[in-house]
Amino acid sequence: MNAELGQAEAGPEPVLEATGAVKHYPVQRGIVIKRTVGHVQAVDGVDLKLYAGKTLGVVGESGCGKSTLAKLLVGLEPPTSGSIKVLGKEIGNLSARRIRSVRRDVQLVFQDPYTSLNPRMTVGDIVGEPFEIHTDVVPRAKRPAAVKELLDMVGLSPDHVNRYPHQFSGGQRQRIGIARALALRPQVLVCDEPVSALDVSIQGQVINLLERLQDELGLAYVFIAHDLSVVRHIADEVAVMYLGKVVEYGTGAEIYDHPRHPYTQALLSAVPVPDPELRGHREEIVLQGDVPSPINPPSGCRFRTRCWKATEKCADEVPGLDVGDHGTHPTACFYAEERDVTHAVK
Amino acid sequence: MSELTAPKAQPDAPQASLWKDAFRTMARRPDVIFATLILLFVFTMAAFPTLFTDKDPTYCIGRDARQRPDTWFAGEHPLGTDGFGCDFAATVVHGTRPTIVLALTVMILAVIIGLVLGILAGYYGGWLDALISRALDVFIVLPMLLGAILLLSLFRNGGSSGGLLSTVGPPVIALTVFGWMEFCRYTRAATIETKNLDYVTAAKCLGAKDRRIMFRHILPNAIVPVTAVIPTTIGGIIVTESALAVLGIGVQPPATSWGVLLAKGTEWAGGGYIYLFGIPLLLLIGTVFAFATFGDALRDALDPKLR
Amino acid sequence: MAENLRVVGDTLPGADLNAPLLEVEDLRVEFKVRGKRIPTVRGVSFTLEQGKTLAIVGESGSGKSVTSQAVMGILDSPPGYVTGGEVRLRGVDLLAQDEESRRTVRANHIAIVFQDALSALNPLWSVGFQIGELFRVHRGTSRADAKRRAIELLDQVGIPDAKNRVGHYPHQFSGGMRQRVMIAMALALDPEVLIADEPTTALDVTVQAQIMRLLKQIQDERNMGLILITHDLGVVADVADDVAVMYAGEIVERASIHDAFKRPAHPYTKALLRAIPRVDTVGRELEVIPGLPPNPAALPSGCPFHPRCWAVDPERCATEAPPYEEVTDDHRSLCHFAKEVYRDER
Repeated sequence: MNAELGQAEAGPEPVLEATGAVKHYPVQRGIVIKRTVGHVQAVDGVDLKLYAGKTLGVVGESGCGKSTLAKLLVGLEPPTSGSIKVLGKEIGNLSARRIRSVRRDVQLVFQDPYTSLNPRMTVGDIVGEPFEIHTDVVPRAKRPAAVKELLDMVGLSPDHVNRYPHQFSGGQRQRIGIARALALRPQVLVCDEPVSALDVSIQGQVINLLERLQDELGLAYVFIAHDLSVVRHIADEVAVMYLGKVVEYGTGAEIYDHPRHPYTQALLSAVPVPDPELRGHREEIVLQGDVPSPINPPSGCRFRTRCWKATEKCADEVPGLDVGDHGTHPTACFYAEERDVTHAVK
Repeated sequence: MSELTAPKAQPDAPQASLWKDAFRTMARRPDVIFATLILLFVFTMAAFPTLFTDKDPTYCIGRDARQRPDTWFAGEHPLGTDGFGCDFAATVVHGTRPTIVLALTVMILAVIIGLVLGILAGYYGGWLDALISRALDVFIVLPMLLGAILLLSLFRNGGSSGGLLSTVGPPVIALTVFGWMEFCRYTRAATIETKNLDYVTAAKCLGAKDRRIMFRHILPNAIVPVTAVIPTTIGGIIVTESALAVLGIGVQPPATSWGVLLAKGTEWAGGGYIYLFGIPLLLLIGTVFAFATFGDALRDALDPKLR
Repeated sequence: MAENLRVVGDTLPGADLNAPLLEVEDLRVEFKVRGKRIPTVRGVSFTLEQGKTLAIVGESGSGKSVTSQAVMGILDSPPGYVTGGEVRLRGVDLLAQDEESRRTVRANHIAIVFQDALSALNPLWSVGFQIGELFRVHRGTSRADAKRRAIELLDQVGIPDAKNRVGHYPHQFSGGMRQRVMIAMALALDPEVLIADEPTTALDVTVQAQIMRLLKQIQDERNMGLILITHDLGVVADVADDVAVMYAGEIVERASIHDAFKRPAHPYTKALLRAIPRVDTVGRELEVIPGLPPNPAALPSGCPFHPRCWAVDPERCATEAPPYEEVTDDHRSLCHFAKEVYRDER
C-alpha cells in the first residue's frame, strides 16, 4: 500500500506539492498603534503531494486548519514559510501579478453554494467570467459556446445561461461553481467541503460528477471534508489534520481500516453508522472537551490534552510524522498502534 | 426556486445581463411610468422654459403685485404674480433649470465621490480606510451651513457673469463637499460585508484584478443601500439650497430656483398668498416622489430574486 | 420504572394519563407567500410514547422543521398557518388552546433544542441568568435559588466548572458547550417532551458524539419522549426507536428503526439509504436519487415522489395519490407498491 508513496519519488512529478507549509496569522491589539500579541497557528508545517488524476482527502474538525490549507494551496494566501509548488512552479512567493498565470492551473470549489455565486450575475456571466479575466484562453466570439459547453459538462442545460443563481437548487449551484472552476482547464481542483451543505440525495450526484470529471479530464483533487464516509469514498490518499498539523497520512485503506493515531481512531469511531443493528456494539471513543485554541496550542503533541495515551513525553517533545518501527504509514504519535475501530462496519 | 418556477429560456435568446434585465423589469411597472411622466414634465420645463411661458420672469410691474391666480392657468398671469409684480408662472418655470441642474449635479458628484471613497476604504482597509473614515467623521461633525458659508465667501468676489455654471457653481461645490458622507458610509459598510463573500474569493482565485472585483462584484451590491437615500437627498439638496439663498450665497440673482421661491414664499404664505409657497412645494414633492419611486424600483430591479 | 413515571396531569388541565404522551393527527400547515398558499405540511400523523425516541428524517424543504414548530406552537405566523389537524399532549388538544395556555405548555411540557445555539441564546445576558429566568418566571423562585438550580443544570449537562461558567456569556462558550447550555435551558422546567431540531448539524463529529450521548442519557434519566429531527441517517440509527421519513410535507414511511433500515417499504427511504457512501462503494459510482426535491408550491401530480422513483407504474403513480399501506403491524408506507418494495430485500 505504501508503494504508492514510495514509487512516486522516482515516478512522475506531483501536480501539487506542499513542503513544510506554515501559515500563522498575527493576533493584533490596538486601533492606531497595532501590536502583535500572538499568532494563530492555523497551518503549522504541512507536507503534501498530489499526483495527476489522484484525489487527496483532507479530514479534520473545525479549527484544524483545513480551510486555511485550501487557501494556501490555491495561492489565495502566501504561506508564512515553506513552499507550495504547482506543476513544479513555486507559488508561495509570487507577486500578485505573476501569480495570475498559475491561477489557471489550480482552482477552488467552495462549500456554500449560496454565497459562492454572485446573486446579481447570470449563470452565463458567472461561468464566462474566467474567460474575461484571462482573455487569451478563448476568443471573444467563441465564449458563449464555451460557456454552454461547460454547463453541459457539469450536467446543466446550456439554455440556463440567462438565469440567476437563486433560480437553482443547492446541488445545481454547486455544479455552476464547478463549471466556473473548470473554465480555465486547471489540473488541480481544491474542493473545500464541496458537498457538506447539500442534502444526502444531492451529495451523491455531485460526488459522482466530480469522479466523472476526474476520469474525463484527468483532474487531481484535494478534497477537504469533515464527513469521513464521503472522503473514504472519493479519496486515494487521506491526510488527517488536527490543530494545524497532519497527524496521519496514508491510503484510504490504511487510514480507515488500520488507523494508528489516537485522534484518527477517535474520529472514526465517532462517525455514526447508518445501521441500527450495530447500536451498542460499536467501539466508541468519546473524546473529552473541545479542540484547544490555535492561538496557544498545547506544547509537544497538540492532541495530548484530549488523548488517553498521553504521557510526559508527549508534552515535551513534538512527535514527527514518521512511519515508525512497526508502522505501515506515517503517523505523528509516539504510541502509534493500530486499533480497529470500524470493524463493525464491514 | 426550481425548474418548475423558473421561466423557460429561449434557446437562442441573446445573453441577458443584470442591467438589461433591470431595465426591462422597470419599464413594466405602472408607478415607474407615472414617475417617468412627472420627471419628463419637470425636465422639459428645465430644458425649454419658453414652451410653458412667454413671459420674462425679470419683467416686473409693481402695480400688478400680488395678484391671486383667480382664473388658474388662464389670463394674463396664469399663476398670479409675486410680491414684486413678476409673473409667477414664468418665475417658477425659469427657476426649474437651475434647481434641477443643481440638484442632479450635486447628487451625481456626491454619489460618485461617496461610492469611490467608500469602496476604496472598505476594500483595502488599513491606513486608507482610517484616513477616509476620519475625514468622514470630520465632515459629519462640521455644521454644513457653517462650512458652506465659509466656502462660498471664497467665491463671492468672483461675481456672477450670468451663465448657468456661475449661477449654480458655488452652491454645487458647497453642497457636494458636504453631501457625500452618507453615500460613503453606506458603500463602505456594504463593501466590507461583500468583500469576504465566497464569490469574491472565487473571482480572486480566477485571477481577477482588484478593479474588476470592486466594480463587477462589489459595486452592484453597494449601490443598493445608496439608491434608497438618493431621492430624499435630492429633496434635501433643494431645501438646503434655499437656506443658502436666504443668506445670499445660493443660486445667484437674477436667476432663481425652487429653493429661493420656497424661502420667499414662506413670508407671503401667512398673508393669504399661499400659492407663492404651495406651487414650488408641490413641484418639489412631485419631483422627490418621482425619484423615490425610481430608486425603489431600481433597487427591486437590481435584485434578481424579486423579479 | 414506576418511580420514573412522571405525572403530567397535575399541571395540564384535562390530561388523560392513559392517552399517549404526544399524538399528532393529520397536521396541516400552509405558508402564504405573495397571496399564494403553499402547503408545507400535508397531513402528518405520529405518536410518541413516554421514554421513546422518534426520529423525523427528511431533506431540506421536506417539512420536518415546520412540523416541529407547529407542534411546539412557535410557527412564524405570518407566513405560516396551521390549517388542520390536532396535536394532543396526554389527550389535550394543544391547537385548540389559547396562546396563554400554550405558553404554559411550552415552558413546562414541551421544550425544543435548535441547531444554531448561538442565535438561540441572547448574547446580552449570562447563560446563568437566562436559565434562571425560566425558574423565576414560571416557578417564582428567588434569584439566588434560580442561580443555584442553573448551576445544577449546567453540571448535569456536562459543563465543567459550572459554578464559574454560570456567569459567562454565550460567546464565551464553544459550539458544543453552547449546545449543552441550550439543552440545559430546555430541561430546566422538566418537560415531558423534548424536540431536538438538528441538534448536532453544526457540530464536529467528535462533539456530535458527545451531544448525542448526553441527549440519550438525559432522556433515559428523565424518561422523556424525544423527537429527533435530522437528515443524518447515521445519528438516527444510533439513537431512535422509531423513524418517520418525510418527503414533500408527508410522512412517506413510518416504522420501527430496525424495519426502516433493514426492510424499507418506500422507494424514497430505500434510495436514501443507498445514497450514503460506504466502504463497499469505494471506486464505484454512488447510487443517487435523480432529480431534485419538489417545490412545495408546485407539487407533482399523484405521488410527489414519482418523477424521481424507479418503481413507477407511470400512469398510476402520476395520477393517483397513494394511500398508506400497512406492510406489517406498525410499519406504514405511502406508496402504491409498498408491499412489493418491502418484499425486495435490499
